[in-house]
Amino acid sequence: MKILIVDDFSTMRRIIKNLLRDLGFNNTTEADDGSSALPMLENGSFDFLVTDWNMPGMTGIELLKAVRKNEKIRLLPVLMVTAEQKREQIVEAAQAGVNGYIVKPFTASTLKEKIDKIFERIDAK
Amino acid sequence: MSSLENKEIDEEILVCARELVQALEEGHVDNANMLIDKMASIKGVSLFQELGKLTREFHEALNGFRADENLLGMAEEEIPDAKERLYYVINKTEEAANKTLNAVEDAMPLCDAIEEKACGLNTSWDRFTRRELSAQEFRKLSKEIAGFLTGTSEDVMKVRGKLNDVLMAQDFQDITGQIIRKVIALVENVEVNLVNLVRLGGDSRVHSNPENKAIQREQEGKLEGPQIPGKESEGAVKNQDEVDDLLSSLGF
Repeated sequence: MKILIVDDFSTMRRIIKNLLRDLGFNNTTEADDGSSALPMLENGSFDFLVTDWNMPGMTGIELLKAVRKNEKIRLLPVLMVTAEQKREQIVEAAQAGVNGYIVKPFTASTLKEKIDKIFERIDAK
Repeated sequence: MSSLENKEIDEEILVCARELVQALEEGHVDNANMLIDKMASIKGVSLFQELGKLTREFHEALNGFRADENLLGMAEEEIPDAKERLYYVINKTEEAANKTLNAVEDAMPLCDAIEEKACGLNTSWDRFTRRELSAQEFRKLSKEIAGFLTGTSEDVMKVRGKLNDVLMAQDFQDITGQIIRKVIALVENVEVNLVNLVRLGGDSRVHSNPENKAIQREQEGKLEGPQIPGKESEGAVKNQDEVDDLLSSLGF
């Protein structure tokens, strides 16, 4: 399973990368905002996207919308991990087709639980 | 109105007045009437110019008042809010430092114990390879080795857990980074407003073009970023459970 981690803070990318490795996902790549992530997704055959919301350049919500519009990658599961916790933002992400939403600060078990849930739902389809 | 403009007007009137005296002396009444009208219109123009100047000053004073209002809002709300955000940064970093130190302090004795047991076993193992152990001593050693192997995998699991705590403790940097960025944006905003105020105060040497920065800030302002516990803004959820509830209400 190939996973792309997008966050403008390198510390957060490293935390998520280590947590994912702990969960058995060893094939991870990093990007620091949506505009660098999008071409990687288009060319890189990724299976899963973990993205922050607030980033300079292209934000996570814009990236999510761009992914859903792109015929090649529109079915990619997307997990948002963000400090944005306004209700209207969570609703906006849900309407844009996010597969999971985690607010920071989060725990390792929350990450595991949400990832498990996302793949359960995908497998059920 | 500048003194130069005034001088020009005064000279023009003076010229007209001389011509008027001459016209009256020579009995040219029509000419004299025309000159009187001309002098009146010169005064009229200067009156309009004066009015224009007053309007401009009034407009600038109003703008200055608006800048004052911005500063007032910052002093009353945003600066105290920024102070609270910075205190939250102190708490988060302190919490992270303590979590990390606790994990290290918990993991150290586990590593020490593993090392100590391994050293002891090593000595006995050397004696065994030199065939110095009695059968009874060997039975004791093999029991110790079995115990060490089980104990070590348990202890390594514990150390791993502690390393995970250290890892998770670093999540403060992302949160505090976002908060500090917001405070920097506020400080910049205060600076721009102060510069504007100084400029309005009459010193035309101060030049600044805050428009671009203002637009940038406006875009940044749309995202709330990390909430301060106990100070969540309206419409924000407090934790992951509330996120999950909201999403499940949307059919997730």
